[in-house]
Amino acid sequence: MDLLAQQLINGLFIGSVYGLFAVGYTLVFGVLDILNLAHAAVFTLGGLLALWLVETGGLSIWLAFPVSVLCCGILGLLLDRVAFVPLRQRADSNFSGLISSIAMAIIFESAALGLFGARTVRFPAHTVPVHIWRWGGISITSLQVEIVAISLLLMVALTQFLNRARAGKAIRAVAENDRTSRLLGIHVDGIIAFTFFISSALGGAAGILFGLYFDSLSPDMGRSIELKGLAVIILGGMGSIPGAILGGLAFGLSEVLTVAITGTSNLRDAVAFTVLFAVLILRPSGLLGRKKMREA
Amino acid sequence: MEALCQFFAIYGSLVNFIGINALLALSLYLTMAAGQLSLGSAAFAGIGGYTAGILTMKLGVPFLLSVAAGSILSGLVGLIIGLPVLRLRGVFLAIATLSFGEVVRIAVLNLDITGGAQGLVGIPNLTKTWGIYLALAVAGYTIARLRHSRIGWCFESIREDETAASAMGINTTYYKTLSFVLGAILAGFAGGLYAHLNYIITPREFGFSVAVDLLIFNIVGGIRVWYGPVLGAVLLTALPEILRGTGVTAGPIRMALNGLILLLVILFLPNGLVSIFGRTGQEREKAPVDAVPEEG
Repeated sequence: MDLLAQQLINGLFIGSVYGLFAVGYTLVFGVLDILNLAHAAVFTLGGLLALWLVETGGLSIWLAFPVSVLCCGILGLLLDRVAFVPLRQRADSNFSGLISSIAMAIIFESAALGLFGARTVRFPAHTVPVHIWRWGGISITSLQVEIVAISLLLMVALTQFLNRARAGKAIRAVAENDRTSRLLGIHVDGIIAFTFFISSALGGAAGILFGLYFDSLSPDMGRSIELKGLAVIILGGMGSIPGAILGGLAFGLSEVLTVAITGTSNLRDAVAFTVLFAVLILRPSGLLGRKKMREA
Repeated sequence: MEALCQFFAIYGSLVNFIGINALLALSLYLTMAAGQLSLGSAAFAGIGGYTAGILTMKLGVPFLLSVAAGSILSGLVGLIIGLPVLRLRGVFLAIATLSFGEVVRIAVLNLDITGGAQGLVGIPNLTKTWGIYLALAVAGYTIARLRHSRIGWCFESIREDETAASAMGINTTYYKTLSFVLGAILAGFAGGLYAHLNYIITPREFGFSVAVDLLIFNIVGGIRVWYGPVLGAVLLTALPEILRGTGVTAGPIRMALNGLILLLVILFLPNGLVSIFGRTGQEREKAPVDAVPEEG
């Protein structure tokens, strides 16, 4: 029983990082109907940059975190400017946007490789002081609590921002219909650029938390989470923020439970992708998605 | 003659890989000709490759027969997967085929008969260079002929506008599935040839990044004519060797160049590199650059 509880808790922790990653993914999809496959590369750069700031720059992680997140946001602006703005007027911008985001992903990943090297690296010990709390057979580290707190905080802040702030409402309006938004006097291109900023900043934050949680970072760490992130946003419904959060948690749980039940980690990803496949065929709009997203 | 022999001694395997990649790129082209974006072609190559390899190795089936069997099995799987999945459009189809590809990869990774992560080792080396290029010539000729047949026109009308095609009385489900199955058969065939080329195949060789590579071949070469994907495959497979010849050896630079080529092509040559070599009036008409943006 304790083991199962421990697994569930671990699943929630890793699920919150997946959720944070997927929120950025789904935000861009909701606004532009474009799958931004460079998101995972920004995730990787975020983690590696924070590590560099801590290790070489000598910053505390509490300072390196926001600096790196900000840099990722700026990368998002660059991404929008280079890969998406020139394609926006094309009829097939969904498709060509997907391709140009793949191109940017390759360029970002090669930048990560060139700047930080191909080895697997980790944050220096005691970057974050770790306490361990135990109740019976269950143990929770303060790092886990901090990770889950930061990701939940960021996700709640984003939801509140989208619901209440003027710019947040503008983002939702553009997601609904960009032409009408333009007519209503919303600066659509600026809002889209801003969306990329937020999305990439969240992706970078997820990268740092992921690196801290698993204690390892490498230039190709984005590869596996890229596919998981897709699974999460399909599960939750494309473009739905609460869906992405719930999907992330569900995905984290399904991973640890598969490992707990089968006893090996071999089938961990298979279950997830089978579920994804089934959701796509049975209910393409996802668990919380809007119906109109079906045929993007 | 001597120079030719020397060239083959050095670049023989590169020449073989170019041929295989061109075949694989054509398999994706078949599916994209009907406007369907699939990221599962690498998995079909895997199904064909593993089936053919296992048949030759463990049952002593003659080479051509086992390659044919792999190709047919791959086509059957394509039919079973294609029927439900092709109801999805655009990005959703891409994600569904992607998750299918992951499930295949994980299955191959965990089965005993496929040799798991170490791969299938000891496949007899039976594929000859002339065999690959004969297959490529036949495939290219068939696809070129297909273009102006009833099937080709149906594919094209579905790619241009699926709703309109269906309104004109075209059985879109039939033709979409046909394009998917034909692609799977060709991919399975290429996979079978590949398996008998290399002594060993591993699950990695049929994963997501390979599927993306095939998509890149198509985009860089151009998907308006059948020789576009072939051109893309030839150029991008040979590029690392050409770069090595000019003294660029650093991995990140080569990778960044790949990404840069893809980005430049999608931004400035939406119909691929083939559009440099003179476009026919018909194709110029179809260039999507100046098209009116869709109602979003």
